Amino acid sequence: MENVYDVIILGAGPAGLSAGLYAGRSRLNALIIEKGEDGGQIAITSEIENYPGQLVDTEESGPTLIARMTKQVEHFGAERVSDTITAVELEGDVKKVIGKKGEYCGRAVIIATGANPRPIGCKNEAQFVGKGISFCATCDANFFTDLEVYVVGGGDSAVEEAMYLTGFARKVTIIHRRDELRAVKSIQEKAFANPKIDFMWDSVVEEVGGDEGVLATMKVRNVKTDEITVVEADEDDGMFGLFGFIGFLPNTGLFEGQVDMDHGYIVTDEDMKTNIPGVFAAGDLRRKSLRQVVTAAADGAIAAMQVLKYLEG
Amino acid sequence: MSMLELDKKTFAPEVLETEGVVLVDFYGDGCVPCAALMPHVHELSEKYDGQLKFCALNTSKARRVAIGQQVIGLPTIGIYENGTKVDEVCKDDATPEAVEEMIKRHI
Repeated sequence: MENVYDVIILGAGPAGLSAGLYAGRSRLNALIIEKGEDGGQIAITSEIENYPGQLVDTEESGPTLIARMTKQVEHFGAERVSDTITAVELEGDVKKVIGKKGEYCGRAVIIATGANPRPIGCKNEAQFVGKGISFCATCDANFFTDLEVYVVGGGDSAVEEAMYLTGFARKVTIIHRRDELRAVKSIQEKAFANPKIDFMWDSVVEEVGGDEGVLATMKVRNVKTDEITVVEADEDDGMFGLFGFIGFLPNTGLFEGQVDMDHGYIVTDEDMKTNIPGVFAAGDLRRKSLRQVVTAAADGAIAAMQVLKYLEG
Repeated sequence: MSMLELDKKTFAPEVLETEGVVLVDFYGDGCVPCAALMPHVHELSEKYDGQLKFCALNTSKARRVAIGQQVIGLPTIGIYENGTKVDEVCKDDATPEAVEEMIKRHI
């Protein structure tokens, strides 16, 4: 039998890194597996102003926060590997995780694979992702310098990212399906005071299009009156941007049929235990009321300490 | 051979006015998914050394060049044949596996 880790942590967002930190400090033999860069969703978030201790109104961002977390985890010795997991066998005393590059065995597993942006849900969407439709303002804002941008959503992320986009775009219009924002008041106040931000209330994007393969037109429907507004790119611009920030879908497909879920979210108790002994879940993929960096980090800490308890049996 | 770093001045001569197959990794400052993909593209540039030319363009400093190539979402990996873009993968589709598949289609 090859090396058996005390715990394998799947995912290196705030939940996985926090679990890795607590596991490392407890001198558990821990392995963190991540397929891409550390950070998950916050790696593509321009501003994090609600994580305790995070400096606000500075150059601090999601990526700088995650860079500090990564460094902290490394300091305490959790092992790291970059691999994409394709299958898991979670039953039994030794759990097996199969990746594209290798197989990994652990006595416990913490699932912290997070969530992905939820699609806007309009006609022709897939065709225009990366061609005007984006879910990552820090990736693509620059392309819309001096152009018009539309943001779909009304929560904290949508309004924060809209504000970030005003640093590039000529004008940013928030399209929201309700008649008021869901974002916290402090963020709303900033948005309403920003002269570059406009609103389309009670509205949803129905369809997108563009002749040259680049987003240049869309139909927006008022959900109360059913009236359709056709948005066309300014002739000189030739295109506009459409950014979606309407929540996330949990990244849990791999665990279906093994771990109990509710609408794709993994069900745990307050100790992060799933239905399988030795298998824990932490972060945004868990069924819970608040999905934030701070709650993900808390989940990770609890999961790691519960692993310790489980291993001590 | 390592990857050739392009800028807005060298993009045209090195890609659009070049015979043969050229791969361009379009990335940007602050684009975390781009940073995640880049090492894999470097690996591919070693593996397929001599079979096609590997280039990278920081679009943060060459926005108009990128838009001119209809690249408005990152990361995007494009394949050019004799100066014309013939294939590309972007965003979630731009996995290391998909990039390699695309390379194989054009060499």
